[in-house]
Amino acid sequence: MRSRTIKVDALARVEGEGGLFVKIKNRMVVDVKLNIYEPPRFFEAFLRGRMYSEAPDITARICGICPIAYQMSSVTAMEDAFGIKVDGQLCALRRLIYCGEWIESHALHIFFLHAPDFLGYEDAIRMAKDFPEAVEKALKLKKIGNELMILIGGREIHPINVKVGGFYRVPARKDFQPFVEQLKWARDFAIDTVKLVAGFNFPDFERDYEFVALRHPDEYPLIGGRLVSNKGLDISLQEYERHFEETHVPHSTSLHSHHLQHGEYHVGPMARFNLNCNQLSPMAKQAAVDVKLKTPVLNPFKSIIVRAVETVFACEEALRIIEQYEMPENPSVEVTPHAGVGFGASEAPRGTLYHRYRLDHNGRIADAKIVPPTSQNQKVIESDLKEYVSKNMALSNDKLTWQCEQAVRNYDPCISCSCHFLKLHIERE
Amino acid sequence: MSHKHKPKLAVWKFASCDGCQLSLLDCEDELLAVAGQIEIANFLEASRAVTGRSYDISLVEGSITTPHDAERIHKIRRASKVLITIGACATAGGIQALRNFKDVRDFTNIVYANPSYIETLNKSTPISDHIYVDFELRGCPINKYQLVEVLSAFLFERKPNIPKHSVCIECKQRGNICVMVAHGTPCLGPVTQAGCGAICPAYNRGCYSCFGPKETPNTGSLSTQWKKLGADGDSLMRAFRGFNAYADPFRKESEIYEK
Repeated sequence: MRSRTIKVDALARVEGEGGLFVKIKNRMVVDVKLNIYEPPRFFEAFLRGRMYSEAPDITARICGICPIAYQMSSVTAMEDAFGIKVDGQLCALRRLIYCGEWIESHALHIFFLHAPDFLGYEDAIRMAKDFPEAVEKALKLKKIGNELMILIGGREIHPINVKVGGFYRVPARKDFQPFVEQLKWARDFAIDTVKLVAGFNFPDFERDYEFVALRHPDEYPLIGGRLVSNKGLDISLQEYERHFEETHVPHSTSLHSHHLQHGEYHVGPMARFNLNCNQLSPMAKQAAVDVKLKTPVLNPFKSIIVRAVETVFACEEALRIIEQYEMPENPSVEVTPHAGVGFGASEAPRGTLYHRYRLDHNGRIADAKIVPPTSQNQKVIESDLKEYVSKNMALSNDKLTWQCEQAVRNYDPCISCSCHFLKLHIERE
Repeated sequence: MSHKHKPKLAVWKFASCDGCQLSLLDCEDELLAVAGQIEIANFLEASRAVTGRSYDISLVEGSITTPHDAERIHKIRRASKVLITIGACATAGGIQALRNFKDVRDFTNIVYANPSYIETLNKSTPISDHIYVDFELRGCPINKYQLVEVLSAFLFERKPNIPKHSVCIECKQRGNICVMVAHGTPCLGPVTQAGCGAICPAYNRGCYSCFGPKETPNTGSLSTQWKKLGADGDSLMRAFRGFNAYADPFRKESEIYEK
């Protein structure tokens, strides 16, 4: 009986702490675990008793990589509870700051976390020695995303300007003018990036996923909408907990989420693209066509191309919003707290982020539920690994280990998020 | 630090959001220059390469919340010549230190269906409660320019230029109108250490103390002022129980208002 173990104790180039364990026995994969040992931080517990207005600042601290996602899901959930509608330019500004987060996070993942795998480098700094121009441009792209967040949010990590009802202060139209040229550069570089990453070698690997993402009647999804899938799901956010459930497994401090009817499901850029690609901006659509990226994209390694297409979209969308921007008269709409339950969801760079709050008559949080994208993708990541290792058993341990790590990074997992959540370990017997 | 070789930098993570170490990658204009001066020997968020077993400078993000981490930090201290903690989690226990005021078992029961799978300590504590720390860099998140300043100070063996005065000084430097005096908005700026650049008052909101207590903060006097503006005990307790809740002056002040 031959057994083999592939093990990575501490996965690199992911956000947060986790590892990976794959056990092979008699040329069969018998066990796959994405170990999440990131210490639990109990956000849902200490949100109890805090005021509704504190949720955007507190939940932002779940993740330093996607704070805007937490802020947008929480504020829209509170507004849902109070029956408030934030629309017009305030809503556009929310999309604009979210575009900043997508540009920053996608640039970071494409060039610093994922591309080194395709090109065989340990990291982007080593990659920079051979490709100095690309890495410098990638840093510039990332910085433009950050600067957009700084202008609207006050700073790039844990922005301070987002509140229930809108913003504390809104920028003037002229504040955006210096950004127009930069965003045009960013858009053009993102188009080049689509071509660059589409030229990488992709393992021959496709799976039949259930893709889940938000869908909005007239926009590529960022904030709110209905939750849809390619397997017939079409629900309002209020119905989320009747269709999805989180379970607690011993090897992870992150809860595993699954779709009650279909089991595992896939959230993130591929899901958004496959379900909403007709709503992409014109140049993003063209960039996908130019590299023959067609729906459905079923190879998770190609998520890097989708991220690049979405970066083109985020730049174009930001330019569109700036073009049409007029400073709103009031930075926020008035909020009158009352008892209720509110539901909110938005598309973090790595997938759908769901929030639900129950509030008392003062607007104090009685109960909170937060389902981050990485908890939702955990099962799919484990199944990908199982199938990938089964098909690539002939590879050496070193090579297989690296490719397993890469398979995890396909999802841009954010472990800090999911614990509110990685280690690779392949065991061959 | 005089080096024949490039000094080795390691970045370590404990309970945290990753934001402070992201600040290093957010130094877009400085990153490649910094990478030219030092060898990034262990930085998992950025690289799968790990070189060596000892480091000239270790940056530590996050707080100690599990028995395993309470052991791990000692190993990191032994492997590091200089150890710098970065961010409110590492310097004060972070937002997760809100558990310190409750029974953690209640928290585990709320979040996890099988609390027996969860290993966690009763308290979230700063790194300096466990080991000797050479320098504590405050902030939630840290200010990346302060990070570059602290790194270069240690590389060139000089004292880091990190002011310990209040956010009020930064407000005056920035030319902000005082939100508390002019608008009656409660603000933690007078008791909070500078470093953010007084962003909140510049955006018409009160400071909520990402950088923790300034040197010799008069929290009692500030509470009196807040009450004059209409704040009740509960608001004061929540205000001091933010991202630096377990920093001594804030902990003590918040306990006064505990029901």
